[in-house]
Amino acid sequence: MSNFLFGRYLPGKSWVHQMSPQSKLMLSFYFVIVIFFANNVWTYASLSVLILIVVVMSGVSIGYFLKGIRPLIWLIIFTVLLQILFSSGGHVYWHFGPFSVSDTSLINGGYIFVRFLLIIMISTVLTLTTTPLAIADGVQTVLKPLKKVHFPVDTLALMLSIALRFVPTLMDEMETILNAQRSRGVDFGSGSLKHRIQAAVPLLVPLFTGAINHAENLSTAMEARGFTDSEHRSKYRVYRWQRKDTISWVAFLLVGVLVLFIRNN
Amino acid sequence: MKDIIQIKNISFNYPDQPLLFDKLSMDVHEGEWTAIIGQNGSGKSTLARLIDGLIVLKSGQIVVDGLTVNDENIFEIRNKIGMVFQNPEDQFVGATVEDDVAFGLENRQVPREEMHRIVEKSLRQVGMWEFRDRIPANLSGGQKQRVAIAGIVALSPKIIILDEATSMLDPRGRQEILSLVNEIKKQNKLTVISITHDIDEAAGADWVIVVNNGAIVEEDKPDNIFGDIEKLESIGLSAPFTSQLMTALKARGIDSHSQYLNDERLITWIKKLISTK
Repeated sequence: MSNFLFGRYLPGKSWVHQMSPQSKLMLSFYFVIVIFFANNVWTYASLSVLILIVVVMSGVSIGYFLKGIRPLIWLIIFTVLLQILFSSGGHVYWHFGPFSVSDTSLINGGYIFVRFLLIIMISTVLTLTTTPLAIADGVQTVLKPLKKVHFPVDTLALMLSIALRFVPTLMDEMETILNAQRSRGVDFGSGSLKHRIQAAVPLLVPLFTGAINHAENLSTAMEARGFTDSEHRSKYRVYRWQRKDTISWVAFLLVGVLVLFIRNN
Repeated sequence: MKDIIQIKNISFNYPDQPLLFDKLSMDVHEGEWTAIIGQNGSGKSTLARLIDGLIVLKSGQIVVDGLTVNDENIFEIRNKIGMVFQNPEDQFVGATVEDDVAFGLENRQVPREEMHRIVEKSLRQVGMWEFRDRIPANLSGGQKQRVAIAGIVALSPKIIILDEATSMLDPRGRQEILSLVNEIKKQNKLTVISITHDIDEAAGADWVIVVNNGAIVEEDKPDNIFGDIEKLESIGLSAPFTSQLMTALKARGIDSHSQYLNDERLITWIKKLISTK
């Protein structure tokens, strides 16, 4: 699982690392919305410049972003191709049956490609510079208003942080079970679809029962350490809103306004 | 010596299972290291969970430091008891070492500044302060148990219960954890209850309680318990290394002590034996 990038965190002390997780989460969300307002060369160019600045400020090497794009590359190519082959209008260069390639379709295909790239970049920056724990905390802060409608925000945050904490543990366990079953002659990953689904059973069942065991032991240990409910607790970690957050938000809002002005109406 | 835990006539069974404890009574002396030994299924771990109120008692009474274990006192009692469980992976609640140690403090709503101070102090005490940013996946079993102990030390309990806390560790990790607990016990004048399969661990205790099929077979000082190898073996326990060595010596015609000796005393005795020959 070495190229498994989700939830991977790269320690560092850059500007982006030091921002509070709640503002990073909200900024990423906001940025994705802004991307959908972009519809010409200038809007995409300004958003790309913004993202490049963010990437440089995060101090993360470009290689990691390429890794983040790799698993999605087929989806991107597929979507871009569809866009190029099926959109109509403009000067047609080539056409065959329902397919045609025109200058507008090429441009639209290019836009889609850049759009994908921007979304992947911003989410990769978020996960690479924020610990899973901080993301869980950020979610808790962002969702805090929902407490008013009795949504169990604290419980959700606790579940999230425990889930994230157990991801590597369960991965290790899966590896062990996989090897144990292989040593007993189970053949994973070959044969027909039906065969492969059947082969997954000796992996999934022990994994599930293992997870239930973990849950039971963990809840006992939590209770023994005085856990009653997730609301009446103090917090060890606090991520405060800092000047860096305000500055970043001002920059992002300015670019957002700029995009609204220079887009084609 | 004051009894910090008094167990009076308790009976207990899990749903749809025969009676595990039938009118069991025992006491744990304050400030001592008590080892509870016995085979799998003899009820050792259940006993630990009953004392901490993690399982509800059906009949009888358990008193911890003057408080009866019941719904009312449960949180006060858990404040007095720190438990370390068997599987290091399953009791690690926090995402990092620091957060895990803070978990118990968060539950008690300790203010943040104080929490940071206590967490640092506890982690330094178990020698894990340099590892504070690590996630559990990058720690060894022994290190995880150290963190678990730090989490308990942070709450400064009066009693530590080790529920087979060393059974999943290698011999070195086991030794490290035991000497660490011993040190903490001395510093803070704690009572330790260790539930264990490890006879050598039990041989170092102040008081040993042998449990079999939910009943107490014997309770005494380790010297008196480990002298009788046959009795230990009859309930499925092995004898400590020194006792086995003495039996082997006896089989080879060297008349040995009938009494249990620990490593040190055995060495002195052998030296004396050689010099008198």
